[in-house]
Amino acid sequence: MSESKTMMEKISESTRSLTTGVDTRDVEHWVTIYIMGRGYSVPADLTIMTAMEFAGYKLIRSCGCRQGFCGACATIFRREGQYKLESALACQTRVEDGMCLVQIPFSPAEAAYYDIAAESYDYSVFSKHYPEVARCVSCNTCTKACPQDLEVMDYIQSAIKGDFESLAEQSFDCIQCGLCALRCPAEIVQYNVGHLGRRMFGRYGSPEPEHLKTRLAEMERGEFSSVLDALVGASTEKLKELYAARVRESDE
Amino acid sequence: MTSEQTSTTRAAPDTGSPKRTRLPYYPGCTLKTTGKGLEDSALAVAETLGVELVELPRWNCCGVVTSLTDDDLMRHIAPIRNMVRVQEVSDAGLVDDKRVVTLCSMCFNALKWSNARIVGDAEDLKSLNDFMYLEEDYRGDAEVVHFLEILKELDPEAIAEQVKTPLGELNVAPYYGCTLLRPKSIGIDDPEDPTIQQELLEIMGATVIDNPYKTVCCGSYQTVQDKYAVAELTHGILSHARAAGAEAVTTFCPLCAFNLDNRQREVLEKHPDFEPMPVFYFTQLMAVAFGLNPKCCRFDLNHTDPRPLLRGKGLMKEGA
Repeated sequence: MSESKTMMEKISESTRSLTTGVDTRDVEHWVTIYIMGRGYSVPADLTIMTAMEFAGYKLIRSCGCRQGFCGACATIFRREGQYKLESALACQTRVEDGMCLVQIPFSPAEAAYYDIAAESYDYSVFSKHYPEVARCVSCNTCTKACPQDLEVMDYIQSAIKGDFESLAEQSFDCIQCGLCALRCPAEIVQYNVGHLGRRMFGRYGSPEPEHLKTRLAEMERGEFSSVLDALVGASTEKLKELYAARVRESDE
Repeated sequence: MTSEQTSTTRAAPDTGSPKRTRLPYYPGCTLKTTGKGLEDSALAVAETLGVELVELPRWNCCGVVTSLTDDDLMRHIAPIRNMVRVQEVSDAGLVDDKRVVTLCSMCFNALKWSNARIVGDAEDLKSLNDFMYLEEDYRGDAEVVHFLEILKELDPEAIAEQVKTPLGELNVAPYYGCTLLRPKSIGIDDPEDPTIQQELLEIMGATVIDNPYKTVCCGSYQTVQDKYAVAELTHGILSHARAAGAEAVTTFCPLCAFNLDNRQREVLEKHPDFEPMPVFYFTQLMAVAFGLNPKCCRFDLNHTDPRPLLRGKGLMKEGA
């Protein structure tokens, strides 16, 4: 295959970015971004994450699902001519000309250690593990920082009121990126407070789902043991055959 | 209300006006937790009197203590953001009044004082509005009132009409503390000799025991730092009330209630001869007088159980 390529084609291939697959000759629009202060010219339609890779960064942190779900790629940026520091997920945000940015690979924020079965289901669980919540001045900086557009301040206020349901509802889409905690002047670790609240609500505030109880009982009666044993004992050939014949949800 | 009405089906409590005024209501965090006895009883009392309190759909901390430092605007964000919420429900037509009703007297104090401070300074109001740029600008025309003021506006006859169990046998000393009364520009009554609780307790038929300790400090947040210092204040306040003939005290402040009620444990440690005294939220006694379901009083949350006293006076059924 490669023997049929001309020398020029080989050279062209070598200019292609290995990670982004972008051929610079195909790019019409370019922007300049500043990664940790250093300028790079990158294609205008890339996300911050792919632009960093285009610029040559190999991401071993600050990069996860690439789908906006895992929260690993928290990024702080400033637009040209603006004083505001803004925040976003690198995989979900397109580069803009003049953008100055840095990724935050990790928030070394405190996470409480607790036995959920031993906690009391009221507001005191927050003052016990995260007493800082009482220091909230309602400045809303956390909400402004949230790349998920959550009403972060409101769910912290729900924690102070001991309203687990509204806390769980309002923080449900939190991806634990940590930007709220990094920006909070009251030093609250919002996303871990939310985590605790949702766990408490799940355990004490919401009814146990009927289908879960039914399925657990079925499993305990051994209704799935024979199917599972058959799979475990199957040959590689048989497994391949089963895999090819599997029914996916999208096929139905 | 016309006495000629002979309708057999008794609908919602009639206060004479065809349409009830909907007032915005700010609860505060304590009323959702340890102060549930104040909120539940007050809401039940308000409903009985035809006052509709509409809880703000969104609210945050009141700010707790008003910052007196000139340039400490950060501490005024919380109270002023709540005033934005009042403006929102008013603009949306969800309420008929721009006066937000508070029950917790600390919330009342923090919100009213901060509102007056910021509305009185156009430059500071602009600074806060600029800072809260995601919100509508606060125009500064909302007001903060305390539930007692709303009660005082009502026709005393209409309140008296709801009294099903007059508190005649009960000797009660009203306690005010500081946040309802001070500073004078914020307070709802004479800071030296307040009488607003007395007037209402008399309508309730209670025997009111006035005593000069009604405005003595409860110790406030010193209760965190030094509970025995607060216990001494509690001992003084309750002993004077007892000496004057009182069997219970009333308050509107969850912090005063905590210091006067829960700190009786420490009082007993230091003064074994001290006789515990029930501390009522004012509206708990109103609910008793109105003959409302005692569940709304949440007496289970009181430290010194007031039920034996109420039963002894025939104000509460056995087992209730």
